[in-house]
Amino acid sequence: MIRNPVSEPEVALLLNDVLEKYGYDFTDYAHASINRRVNHLFLADRFPSFAEFRYRIISDADYALRFVEEITVNVTEMFRDPGFYNALRTQVLPVLATYPFIRIWHAGCSTGEEVYSFAILLQEANLLHKSVIYATDINTRVLEKGRKGMFPISQMQQYSRNYMEAGGKEDFSSYYTANYDYAKFRENLGEKIIFSPHNLVTDGSFNEFQLIICRNVMIYFNKTLQDKVLNLFCDSLEQLGFLALGSKETLNFTSVTDKFKQLENREKIWRKMHR
Amino acid sequence: MTTAPYLVILGGSAGGLQAILTILPQLDVKLQAAIIIVLHRQTHYESVLTELLSAKTMLRVKEAEEKEVLLPGVIYIAPADYHLLIEADHSLSLDYSEKVNFSRPSIDVTFEAAAAAYGCKLAAILLSGANSDGANGLAAVYAAGGITVVQDPESAEVDYMPRQALLMAPVEKVLLPEEVPVFINSFTGVDNRC
Repeated sequence: MIRNPVSEPEVALLLNDVLEKYGYDFTDYAHASINRRVNHLFLADRFPSFAEFRYRIISDADYALRFVEEITVNVTEMFRDPGFYNALRTQVLPVLATYPFIRIWHAGCSTGEEVYSFAILLQEANLLHKSVIYATDINTRVLEKGRKGMFPISQMQQYSRNYMEAGGKEDFSSYYTANYDYAKFRENLGEKIIFSPHNLVTDGSFNEFQLIICRNVMIYFNKTLQDKVLNLFCDSLEQLGFLALGSKETLNFTSVTDKFKQLENREKIWRKMHR
Repeated sequence: MTTAPYLVILGGSAGGLQAILTILPQLDVKLQAAIIIVLHRQTHYESVLTELLSAKTMLRVKEAEEKEVLLPGVIYIAPADYHLLIEADHSLSLDYSEKVNFSRPSIDVTFEAAAAAYGCKLAAILLSGANSDGANGLAAVYAAGGITVVQDPESAEVDYMPRQALLMAPVEKVLLPEEVPVFINSFTGVDNRC
């Protein structure tokens, strides 16, 4: 690829179509990533012209869903950044253990690898039975994959390494059964996870939580949208609840920074101190 | 009239760090361009790299943060395990999408995004390395009017990356590491292709 076949104004046109026709609002997303992914999709699906690309998105709702799936980044892994999971295990779970009932919101969960990782932590702390994890994403197709609890077997070696680095003590393979190309995770892990569509741009709060996890989602938003979503999280957290973000994300320079205190470690975990 | 600063991106993989360590000490302290370094590496060496490079130059060296706006005379390092993109308003954004050329950060990804955002105010320099990342990106930089530079393969610790670039992309300059600072120092101001 030398020059992008779909120009930036054309990308803006498509995003506007998707908003008006389907209600998905990407207009406050950072442009460079969307631009790149739209062009990637255009080439991968071999459209002869921008007009045909646009017509397909407007006229074919199923294809529009593919468009949404492709331009949102759905790369994830189990126990991503093991140090982060270690911090959850040692600093957050002991606090959550004091509650009679634990509500967790994993926003932008994609295909669910990190949700299952956290369910494993809960199980090992003997807290899973009194927990519920709301795992949400804008994208219904990735949620379908999460619901199945099946992940490529080819990744398990890496995931097992991550799990060990995150302080895991068990034999990681005891959590799944191998099924040809897929590892199917134990049913009891999935029983406490509710996979459900939620759009961080347009949907509001739906409960009050003790922990919200949202990793590497807001890096794709512009500052205005980041601020809006952080306020949504703040409103959805109980007093002294935890907010956990991706390794390069921060609350510094946002409108909620005064309401949170970062845990004293290198991980991106904050505690809500004020209303 | 635009006040957008010029941008120089150094991309490298195996052996690339060696070249960068040769280049940094010779950079002009009053450099009028921003510099981005995209280096393939293990996640663990994170903070060490910033310290290592800081010790080699009077210019400010920092890890690139999302949403920050590029400033002249600052050296930004693409964080390990993220792609680094450049927005049209010269701010940075991070991206955790699939690896490209088995790499994240990928040099191609940053070169291509910068080509779209900076056009002719960009110089892309590809250094030593063992895979073909960067070659497509150089072609994009060239197509957008930027300058394409490749480390002389003879001088590279691992010559595969510069050789692939010479095969696949229009390269305007082939330089030894010790010639690169001279090029960067003179890149701003004198270049009037824009």
